[in-house]
Amino acid sequence: MTAHGAANGTADIEFIDVSKHFGAIAAVDHVDFAIARGSFMSFLGPSGCGKTTSLRLIAGFEQPTTGDVRIAGTSMVGVPAYRRPVNMVFQHYALFPHFNVADNIAYGLRQRRPRPDRAEIARQVDATLDLVRLPGFHARRVWELSGGQQQRVALARALINRPTVLLLDEPLAALDRKLRRDMQIELQNLQREVGITFVLVTHDQEEALSMSDTIAIMRDGRVIQIGSPRTLYDAPANRYVAGFVGESNFFPGEVVAADERGATLKTAAGVVLSAPYPPGGATLVGTARGVIAVRPEMVAMWVGPDDPDGAAEFSCRLGGRVHNRIYLGDQTEYSVATDQFGDVLVRAAKASALEIGPGQEVRLGWRQASGLALVDS
Amino acid sequence: MRNATGPSPLLTAVLLAPGALWFLGLLVLPLGVVIVFSFGERAAVGGYQAAFVLDNYLNLPARWTAFKNTLVLAPIGTVVCLIAAYPLAYFLAVKARPETRTALLILVIVPFWTSFLIRTYAWMFILGGRGLPSLIEWAGLGEVRFINTPFAVLLGIVYAYLPLMIFPIYVSLEKLDKRLLEASEDLGASPWRGFMQVTLPLSAPGAVTACMLVFILLMGEYLIPQLLGGGKVFFIGNALVDLFLQSRNWPFGSAVAVSLVVIMLATVSVYMRFAGRIGGARDVSLV
Ligand SMILES: Nc1ncnc2c1ncn2[C@@H]1O[C@H](COP(=O)(O)OP(=O)(O)OP(=O)(O)O)[C@@H](O)[C@H]1O
Ligand SMILES: [Mg+2]
Repeated sequence: MTAHGAANGTADIEFIDVSKHFGAIAAVDHVDFAIARGSFMSFLGPSGCGKTTSLRLIAGFEQPTTGDVRIAGTSMVGVPAYRRPVNMVFQHYALFPHFNVADNIAYGLRQRRPRPDRAEIARQVDATLDLVRLPGFHARRVWELSGGQQQRVALARALINRPTVLLLDEPLAALDRKLRRDMQIELQNLQREVGITFVLVTHDQEEALSMSDTIAIMRDGRVIQIGSPRTLYDAPANRYVAGFVGESNFFPGEVVAADERGATLKTAAGVVLSAPYPPGGATLVGTARGVIAVRPEMVAMWVGPDDPDGAAEFSCRLGGRVHNRIYLGDQTEYSVATDQFGDVLVRAAKASALEIGPGQEVRLGWRQASGLALVDS
Repeated sequence: MRNATGPSPLLTAVLLAPGALWFLGLLVLPLGVVIVFSFGERAAVGGYQAAFVLDNYLNLPARWTAFKNTLVLAPIGTVVCLIAAYPLAYFLAVKARPETRTALLILVIVPFWTSFLIRTYAWMFILGGRGLPSLIEWAGLGEVRFINTPFAVLLGIVYAYLPLMIFPIYVSLEKLDKRLLEASEDLGASPWRGFMQVTLPLSAPGAVTACMLVFILLMGEYLIPQLLGGGKVFFIGNALVDLFLQSRNWPFGSAVAVSLVVIMLATVSVYMRFAGRIGGARDVSLV
């Protein structure tokens, strides 16, 4: 799973077959990737999959058990954290309680040798406070600030050092939804303004999808897939990725036929389904089992016996009963109980939503081409 | 502090009564008596005879040595304790592995399982003529004397009060968020600078508290100078015992006691003002 950038010299951070063991646990297990300079990269995965450990390997708080970590082409093995050109925004901010806001932010500059003079430090603190939209907060004590303000101070404290790489460990996890959304936009704007490499750790898929240029999906210390949000959504490497990036209906089954372009499966209920592989996806030739994933927005839903226009192309048609409906603003999500597949998720644009409520008998269908035949893991 | 949902005034009074009575009866009242006595005269057979004279205070220089010993050895003892305790507390709180930490903490407390008196007697023998000095002499390193010197008293003091100094510092280091040190290092500070700029200021409140605790107790110390100073290196505490029980000059003893209290209050308030300024001391809760 080696990524772009490693070969052409624009990579800012490279992991070369990196493993990190804590006793018997492999927190990071043979990981390879490269992060392009100036890009926004996210690590996405469930709790305990090794995201924080990966970040700490970059920051220098952990040393790899095997493999090499490089920053701007230079091996960082054995280089202590304070000599690395990266800065981190900690999950719980870790602001210094005995300093006010200005002294917290100036901390990095004061460690420089030669040390910048007072006027220069003051000037940069002012500029950075403006950047994170906290002008005039100099003398405030950090424990008096709100969560969002603390987060911005933490950001300012890292940014003032003009690191080549900024590491963010779930920096928005403690914020409420609205503030989180605002901060996501601010982070993105900031990244474009300052043009440094951002590496974000999150287990919020929406956050990763909306902010990143590149996402690495992790599981059990391994990177399962790296790619743009679009690639991960349209061409997930396997069921795990498809389930982590956006939502899908999964129909697992035995592979009854497979060729270079797609596969046909027979589900436990005896239904035969076909779908193509995603672009660049693994074939199911020679595999016993596979899964077909269908995104909820690819499933059409209608009422009554008459098929709507175009339904003739649907490779799969079945009946069911709506048992749940959730409004998502511009879309509505239905959960439809079917005999063949159990619950099927359907997402319909608001405009097309005739009044379908719980209890309604409906029919569902989708095109063969809108499904994806994936490795079931 | 009290609000609509707070405890009733009666309940507050009842809960405060035992402590308040205790302080009134056993602290404020005796202190009042001592102050009154300090202006009186010694009765012919010893004890107190009502009068209002300043002679006792004018006589204080007669006990200058006791004041001098106390005022020199108490601060020195406190500082030596601090210098010895901080690295120990630091090791226990930061460096020791969790499995060994408990065992080491117990080792710090173990001396308390034996009576203080017995431990000080042990030092008497160790420092006495047939103890260390005889060993040193036997090794041909010359003739030395430890017992009944300021050094012996200082050694006893540091030995006795070290645990008291260790614990408050240990607690403040223990609760220090290790992520702050990672943040410091992340921002380019070497571990040593991180220690100076983060660990030290954040553990200062614990050290300030510990120093004050030890200093106050040292000012009133009696047993250690008695046993290890052998009447040659004596503290105000020893002078008081002498005045009240031997020469039975209660008024003069009272004047010495009052002076001790005044000196203690003055030193501690100056100290607090100074300590408040080294920053981070905002949660010192003593005095
Ligand atoms: N210092 C350590 N000592 C022992 N095990 C550790 C240590 N740090 C991490 N681990 C283990 O390594 C694995 C990965 O941990 P890590 O903190 O990287 O997970 P994460 O992906 O950041 O999870 P979360 O989303 O919950 O923060 C976990 O099983 C964890 O228990
Ligand atoms: Mg984590």
